[in-house]
Amino acid sequence: MSTIEERSVGTDYEQVQDSLEFADLRRRLRRFVFPMSVAFLVWYLAYVLLASYAPAFMSVKVLGNINIGLVIGLLQFVTTFMITTIYVRFANRNLDPAAERIREQIEGPR
Amino acid sequence: MKVLLAQAAAGVGSPRLNIAFFAGFMVITLVVVLLVGRTNRTASDYYAAGRSFTGPQNGVAIAGDYLSAASFLGIAGLIATSGYDGFLYSIGFLVAWLVALLLVAELLRNTGKFTMGDVLAFRMRQRPVRAAAATSTLIVSFFYLLAQMAGAGALIALLLQIPNSNVVGQGIVIAVVGVLMITYVLVGGMKGTTWVQIIKAGLLLLGAAVMTAWVVGRFGFNVSALLGQAVINSPQKVSGTTTTVLGERLLGPGLQYGSSATAKIDFISLGLALVLGTAGLPHILMRFYTVPTAKQARSSVVWAIWLIGVFYLFSLVLGYGAAALVPGGAQRIGTAPGGTNSAAPLLAFELGGEVLLGLISAVAFATILAVVAGLTITASASFAHDVYASMLKKGRATPDEEVRVARRTAAVIGFVAIAAGILARNQNVAFLVALAFAVAASANLPTILYSLFWRPFNTMGALFSIYGGLVTCVVLIVFSPAVSGKPTSMLRGVDFAIFPLSNPGLVSIPASFLLGAIGTYVGRKERFNREKYAEMEVRSLTGAGAERTVSQGQ
Repeated sequence: MSTIEERSVGTDYEQVQDSLEFADLRRRLRRFVFPMSVAFLVWYLAYVLLASYAPAFMSVKVLGNINIGLVIGLLQFVTTFMITTIYVRFANRNLDPAAERIREQIEGPR
Repeated sequence: MKVLLAQAAAGVGSPRLNIAFFAGFMVITLVVVLLVGRTNRTASDYYAAGRSFTGPQNGVAIAGDYLSAASFLGIAGLIATSGYDGFLYSIGFLVAWLVALLLVAELLRNTGKFTMGDVLAFRMRQRPVRAAAATSTLIVSFFYLLAQMAGAGALIALLLQIPNSNVVGQGIVIAVVGVLMITYVLVGGMKGTTWVQIIKAGLLLLGAAVMTAWVVGRFGFNVSALLGQAVINSPQKVSGTTTTVLGERLLGPGLQYGSSATAKIDFISLGLALVLGTAGLPHILMRFYTVPTAKQARSSVVWAIWLIGVFYLFSLVLGYGAAALVPGGAQRIGTAPGGTNSAAPLLAFELGGEVLLGLISAVAFATILAVVAGLTITASASFAHDVYASMLKKGRATPDEEVRVARRTAAVIGFVAIAAGILARNQNVAFLVALAFAVAASANLPTILYSLFWRPFNTMGALFSIYGGLVTCVVLIVFSPAVSGKPTSMLRGVDFAIFPLSNPGLVSIPASFLLGAIGTYVGRKERFNREKYAEMEVRSLTGAGAERTVSQGQ
């Protein structure tokens, strides 16, 4: 077998795709991003619905002129920043090392 | 002539100073573009800046691309005159970035090369899918471009005190903006365009931060006091024969979107398009190709989220600040030249006089210029790479030929934008931006998600979801109150608005997901490309085989 055939990308990629390590990486990515996406979309839609259909509730004042609507709106900022930070930490710890190992198997160390 | 003078006198500040600041920005950016433009050699240099930007640099540039004049002037103005509902808008624009971060940015960076079509066509039949991707890219970019150029008219009226009736004067300014933008793109390519975005984003954030600190400082850093003053200073707004009571109502939701059951559903529809549209905007997607790795793409989005988030917090203060501090409040802002867009400039004048107004005006112009340049390079790249090289030349075009075509396309798009901008001056074009987001959310995002995550997805599925989403969206808009049937519609005096919502997203986004699945079923006889699917999935998750930095060190 020539080296070119051994490194033929098509078969390489199929073998990697079938490997346990890759399946594990894919599962870990999807188990994080899918539920997280559903969560922030539901939270955002709940906020939009509250603003549309419960304006009286949103206008209840909690501190001086600051009302519930403003607090929930600012919480949307907080959760967005939080999810960003959590994802970066998760990806650095649980995705990047495996992705790098698999990439090196295919391309050789860089 | 007397009318012109009277209209001009209604403005504030010194147009000469505004022009001087803007000329300063022009000179600095032109020098930068000339300097970096000299290193443009390959297609990868021209389209993707040689993939040589770092995550933080690209993140700042993304913020520059995203915070268009609509964001900067529009949201502050909306908050000043419609209160809380303007804030709702900005939250949709921000949360949308989580879709890009979690589901799109890194996988797209690893899979593609220059355009959205690279990803969508990866495991499909190349020519039909690339044609569809290019069509959608050109349409979204054109709507977005038109909105920016038309917005320039309103801005000119406000900042240079050239009234709307002065067609020649405004036309000349729009043409100058257009020619400058073409120069940036032709000379600087993606590298030059990116640096313009970075400089602009820096100025914008700095300007907004200074004004925010100034406003909050005036109220002894007490936000509640600021809100209270806004309520007192802006009791109502009168437009034509309708008087809207503001005051306390500025602080709660409902002023803009709460008037009827339809308006509420319309807002939900808009919210959906905003949150799902961002990750399907071609000029945003293309920015992810300017960094060397997926990890850098992730860091770009993280930087962009923080900068954009902080900026929208600033605009909350600026909006209520304008309602509180501008003499005459929301009433004066709504009737000033430039309409609600004048909130931030009027506030700047109130705080720092002519000089601060001049700075903010220059930043606003810079914003239009930079965003238009980004859109132009995206549209021209898609035409040259997807249509010319892949379809017309069937992949046999040399990179040099491809870049030559891209440059010519950029020039053509630039001149079309100038002409369209002059024609669409002061039209009600706010819905164009909403439409661009709706098309991006309907045609692009479902197709991107399906091709990245859904194994059985095939060529027919991709065509169904792109064209289906596109057609549904455009048809619904044509038959919506945005185009006819209302005093605020684009066409007056006719009424064929049989679809009740101005924002089609609520219907067109689910329709596109559904059509993608139906198309996949219709095209199920297509041979499943196991090899390409494996390559795409492995490449998207690990970066193996992905395009890397090319111009440096080779």
